[in-house]
Amino acid sequence: MSFEKVAFAFIIVMALTLNFGFFLGDIDVLAHHNVYELFAAIVISLIATVMKFGDRSQIGSYLLATSLVADVQLITAALVWAIIVYGLNQPMTPEHMSSIVSLSGGALLANITSVVLLVIEASRVRR
Amino acid sequence: MLLRRMRLPLIILISSYAISILGFVTIPGQDDMGNPWKMDFFHAFYFVSFMGSTIGFGEIPYPFTDAQRLWTTFALYSTVISWLYAIGTLLSIMQSSAFKQVVNQARFNHSVNRITEPFYIICGYGDAGFLVLNAMIKQGIHAVVIDNRQASIDNLEVTDFSLDIPALCADASDTDALVAAGLKKDNCKGVLALTDQDEVNLMVAIVTKLIAPDIFVVCRAESEDGEANMASFGTDYIINPYISFADRFSIAIESPNLFLLMEWLTDDRYRASDIGLAPPKGRWIICGYGRFGKYFEKYLSDIGCETTIIEAEPGKTNAPENIIVGRGTETVTLREAGIGQAAGIIAGTDNDPNNLSIIMTAQELNSDLFCVIRQNRSSNKRVFHSAKCHWVMQPGRIVARKVLSRINMPLLFDFLNLARHENDEWAKSLVDKIAAILGENLPHCWSVILDKSDSPAFTALCSQYPITLDIILKDSSQHTRKLRCVPMLLKRKDELILLPDENTKLQPEDAVLFCGHEPSEFKMIEVLNDIYLLSFLLSGKDQPRGSLLRRLKGLPPIPENR
Repeated sequence: MSFEKVAFAFIIVMALTLNFGFFLGDIDVLAHHNVYELFAAIVISLIATVMKFGDRSQIGSYLLATSLVADVQLITAALVWAIIVYGLNQPMTPEHMSSIVSLSGGALLANITSVVLLVIEASRVRR
Repeated sequence: MLLRRMRLPLIILISSYAISILGFVTIPGQDDMGNPWKMDFFHAFYFVSFMGSTIGFGEIPYPFTDAQRLWTTFALYSTVISWLYAIGTLLSIMQSSAFKQVVNQARFNHSVNRITEPFYIICGYGDAGFLVLNAMIKQGIHAVVIDNRQASIDNLEVTDFSLDIPALCADASDTDALVAAGLKKDNCKGVLALTDQDEVNLMVAIVTKLIAPDIFVVCRAESEDGEANMASFGTDYIINPYISFADRFSIAIESPNLFLLMEWLTDDRYRASDIGLAPPKGRWIICGYGRFGKYFEKYLSDIGCETTIIEAEPGKTNAPENIIVGRGTETVTLREAGIGQAAGIIAGTDNDPNNLSIIMTAQELNSDLFCVIRQNRSSNKRVFHSAKCHWVMQPGRIVARKVLSRINMPLLFDFLNLARHENDEWAKSLVDKIAAILGENLPHCWSVILDKSDSPAFTALCSQYPITLDIILKDSSQHTRKLRCVPMLLKRKDELILLPDENTKLQPEDAVLFCGHEPSEFKMIEVLNDIYLLSFLLSGKDQPRGSLLRRLKGLPPIPENR
């Protein structure tokens, strides 16, 4: 067991779980989607991206690509939130919330792909 | 590599930002009215961003409470330190030599890929490489340079060339380096292996022939072993500077006119009146029995010249019994070699000061001597120039000259190879013929290819009229006069015709080499491109150009000139 492997898998799975936590709930109900969870999902997703840097293998590049997709989706969701509330000075409505949640749903797919790739990678190693 | 080493600093930076932002969001504050107020993510991110980058706009949107200030103190240090750590790591990576090498390699690959014109790969940027590159740039030919000495590459990079010359510091015998230099590219015309190490040149030739068999390879070889080895797998052209020089020297002694002809055609410096450079027949003293001396002895004895050899270390160089032992720099040794009766002396050791000393001593003993000196280092140019030798042998210069004549004008190269086997009278009559045409002008060689792209007028008319060589030799501005040039060689498929007759009927795809007065080249090219000019020369009068008039006069229509 190596600490590096544990940390790597931890961060990648954590990115998925946090993303899922934010996504879970009715899409247009404001109370089901916590802003702290979105923040945590973004931070962990960024860290996951950085941890995948510099891996020259084939699967390493796919992992990095899925993480980048998740980053883009989540940061866009946060931007939408910030622009609506602070840029346009409007109250948060169920319509706005559903577009933010659907963006995070896209990130969720990317994170699932990432974990699937991780599992494939793990099952290929026989030592 | 950059990303891998940036992992930790970036993770620390992201974490410290996340912790700081989270702190600001959770710690309760007050607004300007004293009501409880909590920072949201937007304001927290904004505040941490300008705090962490030490810009510091102050406490916004409301003045902080003490709890918030406490957290700010902590967040300030942690974010600033993580920034410094990240930037410091980034700078140290960028300054490391490994990173610089990666950047250089990438820049090299990029500039090689940008070359869209045909180009050559030059391996070895020594004397020969420098001369070849300069001449190629003057003609607008692109090149890529590989050399294993960083000093040479630096030297190339500070030289102001009119073309962008990608240069890589690498071992030329390394396959990756050659491929990076564009060996597999379609527009790579040839590889010139010009280093002074036979093994490297050999390796370059092997790699090229294996990876890109169709690419033209020129190799410099300094030993017979290397030469034979290179020839064994189809190296297109092998240059041994010692043999070239000895061969040229023996031609100069044996057939001065042939020598003059060859010099004339390959080097513009000589004028028609310059005859007198040829070394005399007689007994020659050769100092130094290395590769240079050995070839000299062989070529001189082939043409029946007597030689006396002086060598300091006869055992090491496998010298024959009857040589004179000594360096040749001393009066005694030179006297022993019979300097008084010799026709000339060849200072051919691999040591420049010794060579100069030999020549100076010899000139004191016999001022009529014809002096030939070998110059090993090009930086000694000034000294060698003031030594007043008749011939100076510089390996790099000889190699460059051979390479250029092969690249620039393959026809001229073929011509010289054929002319080498002709006798002196043949050369004399040709030299006289060219000299009569040229007067005091410099000779100029050019070749024309009678194909669709180079000579559209010829291609259009050759099926209707028989076009002989004397038609295109006519002066288009005054058709009773002839152009001031001599046809030297005609190449038809694989057949070579030396000095073709003027009544020879030309065929499509023929290539002809001419030597003569430079303006004649432009007139000839004009005729080969202009269908009306050519038909004027064919018939001797201006023909109508419009299709109606042509039809009325019963002339064949002018074919489409595409």
